[in-house]
Amino acid sequence: MFNYYLKIAWISILRHWGLSLLMVSAIGLGIGAAMTTITVNYLMSADPIPHKSKQLYYVQLDSWDVNDPFDEGLNPPDQLTYIDTTNLMNAQKAFRQNAQAQASGVIEPNDPELLPMTVSGRANSADFFIMFDVPFIYGSGWTHEADVNKEQVIVLNKETNDKLFGGENSVGQTIKLDGNFFKIVGVIDKWQPKPRFYDITTGAFNNSEDIFVPFSMIAEQKISRSGNNSCWKPFGDGFAAYLASECIWTQFWVELKTEQDKQDYQTFLNAYVEEQKAYGRFLRPMDNRLSNVMEWLENQEVVADDAKMMMAMSLMFLIVCLLNTVGLLLAKFLGKAPEIGLRQALGASRVTLFSQYIIESACIGIAGGILGLGLAFLGLMGVESLYGEYMQGLATLDGTMMILALIIALVSSILSGIYPTWRACNIQPAQQLKSQ
Amino acid sequence: MLEIGLIFRALMRNKMGALLIAFQIALTMAIMVNAIFMIQDRQQQMKRPSGIDENNTFYLTNTVFAQDHNFQAELQTDLNTIRKTPGIVDAIQINAIPLSGGGWSMSLQLEPGEDKDAIGSALYMVDEHGINTMGLTLIAGENFSQEDIQWRGEGQSKWPPKTIITKAFASQLFPDDWQSAIGKTFYISQSQPMQIIGIVEALQAPWNGWDGVERSMLVPFQMESSSSYYLIRTEAGKRDQMMPIIEKELAERNKGRIIRRVTTIEDTRKRSYRQHNATNKILTTVVTTLTLITSFGIVGLAIFSINRRTKQIGTRRALGANRWQIMRYFMVENFIISAVGVIIGSLAAVGLNMWLVSTFNLTPISFKLVLFGVVTLFLVGQLAVLYPARKAALIPPATATRTI
Repeated sequence: MFNYYLKIAWISILRHWGLSLLMVSAIGLGIGAAMTTITVNYLMSADPIPHKSKQLYYVQLDSWDVNDPFDEGLNPPDQLTYIDTTNLMNAQKAFRQNAQAQASGVIEPNDPELLPMTVSGRANSADFFIMFDVPFIYGSGWTHEADVNKEQVIVLNKETNDKLFGGENSVGQTIKLDGNFFKIVGVIDKWQPKPRFYDITTGAFNNSEDIFVPFSMIAEQKISRSGNNSCWKPFGDGFAAYLASECIWTQFWVELKTEQDKQDYQTFLNAYVEEQKAYGRFLRPMDNRLSNVMEWLENQEVVADDAKMMMAMSLMFLIVCLLNTVGLLLAKFLGKAPEIGLRQALGASRVTLFSQYIIESACIGIAGGILGLGLAFLGLMGVESLYGEYMQGLATLDGTMMILALIIALVSSILSGIYPTWRACNIQPAQQLKSQ
Repeated sequence: MLEIGLIFRALMRNKMGALLIAFQIALTMAIMVNAIFMIQDRQQQMKRPSGIDENNTFYLTNTVFAQDHNFQAELQTDLNTIRKTPGIVDAIQINAIPLSGGGWSMSLQLEPGEDKDAIGSALYMVDEHGINTMGLTLIAGENFSQEDIQWRGEGQSKWPPKTIITKAFASQLFPDDWQSAIGKTFYISQSQPMQIIGIVEALQAPWNGWDGVERSMLVPFQMESSSSYYLIRTEAGKRDQMMPIIEKELAERNKGRIIRRVTTIEDTRKRSYRQHNATNKILTTVVTTLTLITSFGIVGLAIFSINRRTKQIGTRRALGANRWQIMRYFMVENFIISAVGVIIGSLAAVGLNMWLVSTFNLTPISFKLVLFGVVTLFLVGQLAVLYPARKAALIPPATATRTI
């Protein structure tokens, strides 16, 4: 029976091919636009480290000016002072902890043929690599001892290793960075979390770094820090004064296994701030926060306003397309009134007619969905080329999205088909037959 | 026109079809009006001048890695070399580039001390060639003299005693009379006095999304810094030709540094507004497609309703109605539907705008734009129905006498 209905639907679609084409393209365009924007939003808000995003916490302490709150008092500062990061790091109260800041430098390759190159860097703790699941090709991250002893060790990313060593295992070799020699301990594989959750402050969709060195290298002035820096309190001259200042430019992540651990850590943070108050710091009301990865992404509004706005627009666009389809289906089915009347007179039940026309709507919907997928694919390519780097990797359709597109198309076309079908089934056969 | 009542009653017999089109028109209008509004908003932002001579200016990053680098001597030699090169108007070392997205801001206050009202401004460290290199217009006061320029060591917290600010910044500090800013003192780092010695017409901060983007100040500093920008202005039309020459010149003069990212201000502007541009293009596509879909919907439904009424139209023709009267019937019908659509659409447009305002910090929409939407959709409706209406008018009167 189902096959027979399909066949009838096909005939009907072909007979009114112009109208069918109009409906398919309307649904296609609607689905295409909606899927393009939904995909961008979906990828922007994706969980970059699903299996442990609930165990990684970003630490915020309100060390800001008592007279002029950070972010109008809605949120504590988004970074920490060097003093606090160092103190929290030394306390070692979490299962794992990572102090970090963005850095940059110049590598002078050992090979005289190669020109010096600037690299983007990160100064971080040993736990960084384990906490954030960084994949290694050669070697590994450095040890906790290296952190403590301020060893000049370095981890390269694949690209930098390719450039400097032609992709060979460079572990154990030494490179010159900003005039200082660093020993290579590991080379990481291609690694680009989207969003780059571990440092939202310098850009949620920036590339991951070329090199990684111990956090202590900044204080040792072996590498220079970069990234965002905000200050509220004047401080004296020199680097030591800067390190001791209330400027925020460092970040601190902890890994906590259970809810109990989290509460314990929160208690520890509160006690720490209480203790610091004795030194005349932290004059603002206590506001210490632990945000897990998804909470932190949400708090930092990683999904761009533009993306959200476009999604709202494109969903409305889809509604217009569906209204269009409802109107056209209504016209089409009512145009078949004489045929319906005749069939009813010959004994077709309403259930039969209903399922038949719903199947016709669904066929149009599926065709529209497939067209929509194609358009979404083109749309995403367009988005990527228009926005450039910023959207790289955020504009790809995955399996989930494709299935979602087809489901939306099918459901919405069936929904649009219901009213016209219902109207068609309520046609009085007698009236139709009379007029023939 | 008595016809309107008649057509309206006929419409009421098939409410649903008409309502669907009206809703479609309403939604299209709501989206169209708001999208155009957002496009205009972005276009205006993109039109704001940065204040500098954008067409003839480029910059590069000078990154020093040699340990034995004499910053002061090297910088002077670099700048002298560039300034003497034929084709170059002037050059400076600077800490940030307008429109580039990266820079330095400080809070300034009119009274010294903690807990005083402060206002943020972008900060550009330049020497006495700053105004000439950027192509700024000094509209009051004077430029820095050579004696005003100080060396700034890395991490230094002391500021020089003079500054030049933009007119927008002066107006904000002294709302009654921006010119009165000349000679006044404000405080940087809460307590260090700085005297305003000059005012320039305009110079944008590096962050185009910042609401204080027009507030900038020039500070007479040369930096002993391992990484800084050189901003270079060329004679008109010579920019592209000079870029490789200067790059080569600098790179060969001293091997203890890297000259990189030689970039024009034009490219920086493009990159800076890339998202704006992209969003505008997408919105334009959305509006166009939407209008097309709605008009095709109108065409489709009109054709169907005409097909269903073939006999009726034939009868009207047989009873003496002329072609124009038949056409008019469908055009008036579309006009009524459009009227309902744009009334709902105006409300929806304002509603959608209110939501956008509250969610995305947009500004409220102008009445003119809503009016524009109303007129446009009426026109679209009439144009869309034109073809089906003409088809209807061509139905011969003889149809009335036939049975199907």
